[in-house]
Amino acid sequence: MDHFFTLDLLTRILRMSTPLIFAALGGILSERSGVINIALEGLMLIGAFFAVAGTYWTGNVWLGLLIGVLCAMAGALIHAVWSITFRGDQIVVGTAVNLIALGLTAFLVQSIWGTAGGSDRVSSLPKIGGMSILVPLAFVMVPLVAFFLYRTKLGLRLQACGEHPQAAVSAGIDITRYRYLAVLGSGLLAGLGGAYLSIGNLNYFTLDMTNGRGFIALAAVILGGWNPWGALAACLLFGAAEGIQIQGQSTPGFPISSDLLVTLPYIVTLIAITLFVKARSGPAGLGRHATTS
Amino acid sequence: MEGIVKRFPGVVANDGITLLVEPGEIHALLGENGAGKSTLMNILFGLYTPDEGVVAVNDQPVSFSGPRDAVLAGLGMVHQHFMLIPRFTVTENIILGNEGSGLVLDRTAAARRVREISESYGLLIDPEAKVEDLTVGLQQRVEILKALYHGSRILILDEPTALLTPQEIEDLYGILNRLKADGTTIIFITHKLKEVAAVSDKVTVIRRGKTVGERITSETTGQELADLMVGRGVSLTVARTPATPGRTILSAKNLTAQPIHGHKPLSIADLELRAGEILGVCGVEGNGQAELVEVLSGLRPITGGTLAVNEIDCGQRDPNGFREAGLSYIPEDRHHRGLVLDFPLWENVLLGNAQGEPFVRRGLVRGRKTQDVTRQLMADFDVRAPSPETPARALSGGNQQKLIIARELFRNPDVLLAIQPTRGLDVGAIEFVHKELVRVRDEGKAVMLLSYDLDEVMDLSDRIVVMSEYQITGEFVAGEVTRNHLGLLMGGRHSDEATQA
Amino acid sequence: MKRLKLSSGSIVNIGGSIIAVAIALLLGALVMRLSGADPWAAYKALWNGAFVGRRSISETLIYSAPLILAGLGFAISSRAGLFNIGIEGQLITGGFVAALVGAWDLGLPSVIYVPLALLAGALGGAVWGFFPGFLKARYGAHEVITTIMLNYLAIRLITYLVLRRDDILPVDPTYVATKKVVDAARLPILLDRTRLHAGILIALGAAIVLWWVLFKTRFGFNVRAVGLSQGASAYGGIKWGSTVVIAMVIAGALAGLAGAGESLGLHGRHWSTAPGYGFTAIAVGLVGRNHPIGVIFSGLLFGALNAGGPAMQSAHVSKEIVQLIQGFIILAIAALEVVNRLPSIRSRMARRASAGA
Repeated sequence: MDHFFTLDLLTRILRMSTPLIFAALGGILSERSGVINIALEGLMLIGAFFAVAGTYWTGNVWLGLLIGVLCAMAGALIHAVWSITFRGDQIVVGTAVNLIALGLTAFLVQSIWGTAGGSDRVSSLPKIGGMSILVPLAFVMVPLVAFFLYRTKLGLRLQACGEHPQAAVSAGIDITRYRYLAVLGSGLLAGLGGAYLSIGNLNYFTLDMTNGRGFIALAAVILGGWNPWGALAACLLFGAAEGIQIQGQSTPGFPISSDLLVTLPYIVTLIAITLFVKARSGPAGLGRHATTS
Repeated sequence: MEGIVKRFPGVVANDGITLLVEPGEIHALLGENGAGKSTLMNILFGLYTPDEGVVAVNDQPVSFSGPRDAVLAGLGMVHQHFMLIPRFTVTENIILGNEGSGLVLDRTAAARRVREISESYGLLIDPEAKVEDLTVGLQQRVEILKALYHGSRILILDEPTALLTPQEIEDLYGILNRLKADGTTIIFITHKLKEVAAVSDKVTVIRRGKTVGERITSETTGQELADLMVGRGVSLTVARTPATPGRTILSAKNLTAQPIHGHKPLSIADLELRAGEILGVCGVEGNGQAELVEVLSGLRPITGGTLAVNEIDCGQRDPNGFREAGLSYIPEDRHHRGLVLDFPLWENVLLGNAQGEPFVRRGLVRGRKTQDVTRQLMADFDVRAPSPETPARALSGGNQQKLIIARELFRNPDVLLAIQPTRGLDVGAIEFVHKELVRVRDEGKAVMLLSYDLDEVMDLSDRIVVMSEYQITGEFVAGEVTRNHLGLLMGGRHSDEATQA
Repeated sequence: MKRLKLSSGSIVNIGGSIIAVAIALLLGALVMRLSGADPWAAYKALWNGAFVGRRSISETLIYSAPLILAGLGFAISSRAGLFNIGIEGQLITGGFVAALVGAWDLGLPSVIYVPLALLAGALGGAVWGFFPGFLKARYGAHEVITTIMLNYLAIRLITYLVLRRDDILPVDPTYVATKKVVDAARLPILLDRTRLHAGILIALGAAIVLWWVLFKTRFGFNVRAVGLSQGASAYGGIKWGSTVVIAMVIAGALAGLAGAGESLGLHGRHWSTAPGYGFTAIAVGLVGRNHPIGVIFSGLLFGALNAGGPAMQSAHVSKEIVQLIQGFIILAIAALEVVNRLPSIRSRMARRASAGA
């Protein structure tokens, strides 16, 4: 037990929280503009895969990162076209994007590397203090996104699109444009989160390596009240549970079964969503279109 | 705007409308619900593109591709349903879409500017207040300020008095006159003759998508405008004999219930409804009517007092319990309460009638039987639709309402609650509904008519109660009370004050 | 009503589903072509793997059974107006509980043991469906989030139980699975020398029963009314809360049966890994227009895709391309609905069609 609460645990928690923070911030952008985004999971997976593939093709990990993020944004574009322009059911469309991401990455892993399980090893992004450079970036993004939402003209307009699309339209705001921007922004951030998993934390891609983190990030968005700081706290909670579990596994004599401990964040989320998150705390126009125009 | 034509699938909403407004006047656009006023204004505001005709501002033909263009051309619109974001502050709502240069918001400067403008027009308001905390009258001020802030010289107000109390309406008239003095042009959309006379310089009347006349307000009469608005030969007063009220069918004593919004509970000291009468309930929207309706139909639990239908205690009953006790209900909102739009007509007849025979036996729906009854009801009530299999969505508003009335009367109820039963219907359908209510009364049933249209209540009721501030503040025998008196009560005065006034 | 009716405009709907599948297959071919594979050979292998020969057909039916049941579960929750992403969790819970009952060796004869184990599976799924339904009805908790959480909770809990609780449960930590289901609790094999078990019959029976419930009973009427209009159904005296909860319980039970069929029929035990059928079930429900009879056909379609998928390996195409195609099908359906919704496009198409005729 002496070795349990160490610096190791802290860095582990930060590392586990990082992909969640990126994706949750992306989720906030999208949902604040009024577009439900359960495609975060798929967008992360696309980002993770193409970051490795890009690094593999170009031999440059930074170009790989760029390619991963751009491909995640392309996936987000599909979500945007179907959800905004076609006015499809946003949850249905998100489900489709997730399936496509899962299928496409698995298919391409086999056609590129000829294996069924994962990619070859590539180089990874530079590390500082044992952590990927993307870890501090995630924490810097939180105040940036908060500033954008609450202090800038674009942020005010984006929120208006999510709160009351009709009012935004009548104020002369092109809500289609703002929602596209927001969803593409969520693709960018989710892509960063995915790329962190593959070329940040590790140096290869494995099938379904996001393993539900996009969904957890979405839960963090809601748990955090659609607010960047609240979402950060929720992501740290999930990250801590995961970090403690891994630490517990490697600490002999750790009292609680770590397999049972990992269920804790899900139970906490269920209780919190049930008791504390009122439906009206979300953007009022979430999932709604302006009826005129 | 000249010769405007706008077609929608199946209807021609605007069929050659001409509206000429001079700078600096208050111009009323008068027409019934469904006459094409809103479509016309949406065209003017760039939300729809006209199929034919010319829109010109300051003699320059324009073609707006969206509200943004309209705003740039100096137009401002105050919608009937406010376009405000409840969670934003007054300032945020006002500056939205015109936040000034630079990417970063300067809230202090914006708030200062909002304060300046509001003071220069005498529209006092706190720029930092959240809109969700403001009264309806103040929210309307925010809407007007928003238009002025965006540089509007032409202000369009869509039914601006619908949600206001008489006092707030007077304030609004004052504001409009001040704006006119300042050179602002105002288009005032309404279907109320009294408002045309009170505030406008000129009036254009439209009917069924066509302009039927333009008059200078001071040179016309209410009668002339009414004739233009409704056309000739349509009598809006229903011929009927005096009521012969019988036994009490519905009675509520010291009834209380929680409000939908806000903190003031519904509190009904004494309300009785007798067989063979129409009881009218009038009042400004949002004074407890919605709560009263939900309580009387079993959707809202009561927190105190007694409520009986046919001497059966209904205090703890759900909607089915009320139906069993003999109550039927024409809801205010056909699309969200009255019908499941994607169900065929016969399944809509089943709605609320699925408790048992003849439509349901041992938990199983008797499809053929229900369809046969539906076919019969469609014939009896002149519901125009191809078959009972037609989805309700495909019907016109009038036919939808007829189907609801047919369904509700099918159970042969003792009480019929009619909530805004003619909202959004054309003249023919309104006449049908009114005649049906009188017929039901003449059959010895009790009818409660709740409407925000005072004229409708005064025309049809045998007895009238006024709702204000979640209470009943006055009760009158129809014909023994003046419009003015009811108006004062609706505006929150108490009965004795109103009598002195 | 003598005719079987899907819903108003059903012809358009069925046609739409078929067109969507065709578009998705074309897109899949495009992806294969771009990656240098031969789509024609791959689809031929897919077809052979799904339909040619007694073994292929039985494999298609084996894969279809859980997809139809899970698709039915998704369909009834959708009809009640809920988006049930929790099919996955409900399915594995059902599969786990059924396998536990089957592995306990209660010494019962088959005629009692099989129904008992199936019932246990349905019950397990029903409990997992009850939670999101109840939390929604009572507290307004959004079902998308609660079901996602319950999916992970189910996976993690079952992993814990099979790894750590072999002291009280019939589980086998070395396999990360339950112990073998005893023969008396196994679903009977329908066809000699194949793995085809009675699960497909259960699925077909469940579809017909669900059709009857949805369209012939008052409860089904209530479910559909609640899903289409909360306001109108409340006014019609239908209790939204209890209707939603019961619909979710039924959805969970159907998904649980799907899992039970896998444990008692196909695998003979429950593995702690998730099969991922939960998301495919969404596609099955959507393609089948959330109509039980439609779900049978879309379940067979997706079953065939899954059964034929591995055969595509012979054409050097990863079987995961099938998931990609499933995603494309959903997108194509959503896109076609746009065409359906726009009256101007539709009337233009109709005009062109009549001009061409």
